[in-house]
Amino acid sequence: MFNTGSELIKLCKEQKKKISQIVIDKEMENSGLKYEELIEKMKKILVTMKESAQYSLDKEVISVSKLTGGNAKKVEDYKNNHKTICGKLLNSAMAMALSTSEVNASMGKIVAAPTAGASGILPAALFTVKERLQLSDDDLVLGLFTAAGIGEIVVKNATVSGAEGGCQAECGVASAMAAAAVVELAGGSVEASLNAASFSIINVMGLVCDPVAGLVEFPCSIRNASGVANALISADLALAGVKSFVPFDEVVEAMYKVGKLMPESLKETAQGGVADTKTGREAWKRL
Amino acid sequence: MKNFSVFDILGPVMIGPSSSHTAGAARIGKIAKELAKDSFYKVTFYLHGSFAKTYKGHGTDKALVAGILGMDPSDEKIRNSLEIAKEKGIDIEFIEENLGYVHPNTAKVVFHYKNEDSFYIIGSSVGGGNVIITNINGTEIEFTGNYSTILIKYKDKKGIISKISTILSNHDMNIANMKVTRDNKIATMLVELDNPLEDHTIKEISALDEILYITGINPI
Repeated sequence: MFNTGSELIKLCKEQKKKISQIVIDKEMENSGLKYEELIEKMKKILVTMKESAQYSLDKEVISVSKLTGGNAKKVEDYKNNHKTICGKLLNSAMAMALSTSEVNASMGKIVAAPTAGASGILPAALFTVKERLQLSDDDLVLGLFTAAGIGEIVVKNATVSGAEGGCQAECGVASAMAAAAVVELAGGSVEASLNAASFSIINVMGLVCDPVAGLVEFPCSIRNASGVANALISADLALAGVKSFVPFDEVVEAMYKVGKLMPESLKETAQGGVADTKTGREAWKRL
Repeated sequence: MKNFSVFDILGPVMIGPSSSHTAGAARIGKIAKELAKDSFYKVTFYLHGSFAKTYKGHGTDKALVAGILGMDPSDEKIRNSLEIAKEKGIDIEFIEENLGYVHPNTAKVVFHYKNEDSFYIIGSSVGGGNVIITNINGTEIEFTGNYSTILIKYKDKKGIISKISTILSNHDMNIANMKVTRDNKIATMLVELDNPLEDHTIKEISALDEILYITGINPI
């Protein structure tokens, strides 16, 4: 059992296990599922994630509101046909994050991770490192348990709801979950996983939830693209040995406090931020 | 501290676009429907806070209605739920209302019956598709719908808790959480169970003399 990051580190050290193994042990104990059953159940999650991360790469998927869409394909085509600035890895990651976001906005099937608004980040990060590190889908399934462990700590001590904590609580936490998983998949230590998770949240601390017209479309899909980039750079920072001066548990507490300090207008009410702009307000009227 | 499954964090597998405003809303609707009697002709949804401000954009309206039609959050028919309700002849009404000091994503779901009877629940969508039901027809409670759940009201008397737990144990049901509160000699008990709930368990408990009201649902 663990409720905090420091408890998770302690358990991993005592039992000489990875985060994924500690999370799997806990889930087996609580659910009564056998190891194979649990892995099988998580594989299904990965399959839905894979489908949503790839679905919009080769076709223009437009949202139900018809306001947004088609960006995943744009980035995928750009990656394949241009030199690009950030290279194939980051552009491919962004395209996959956009793909899931577009599936979501078109009322298609996705896995909330930890929420639907932020559902593009974790799949995109995992399938990016799969290719980069030559991993298998089975490896990624373990990464999902690591990610879930980080997410659970945030849910227990803070929030992952945009209405309660702003986008930092949705995309920020999704990036933190992804970053911790990527570090473990790359062979990093437990501490490095938590450092990476800390960086991801710190990088977007205070980020507001300001969906234009109240729709999970703009700027959400763009923030999923930047969210996967956030996760990947956070992982690299941690793998390089950079440590978070403030430990993960305190970062989560700070994020929660910042969320509480935010006015309602900046928490998924579509009353502030880019939602409350001339263009944003006009879009709402047109619907 | 409450425990979470990895599938609470990575999940639900759902129809977009919002876990709190779409999937959570569908679950509130479905829990409400499971607790309500059938044969309602009209359902009124009072929407509070962010639910009130953004329900159309998030498909919260479609999701709540899908829920009271019995659909799960991963049901691809959610996007057509308003039309399906119409075909079934169920009147649907949405009212934006301040429900007081509650979570920003809160809905009150009121079922109307032909005999002018009505039944309501209040539920909040607290993120990631997780919900908390806070009120059933005026009784303040708190449960998530993640477990089999029984709500019982009874005349407070020594030994009732033991009688109920014996029945549950005889039916091979393990209690995960139990909470008892009392108001004016009427006790309210909420029991969350690890095992699926069956009708005969509810029947046996309701046969106890002191029971005034009992209802139960399976995990949603």
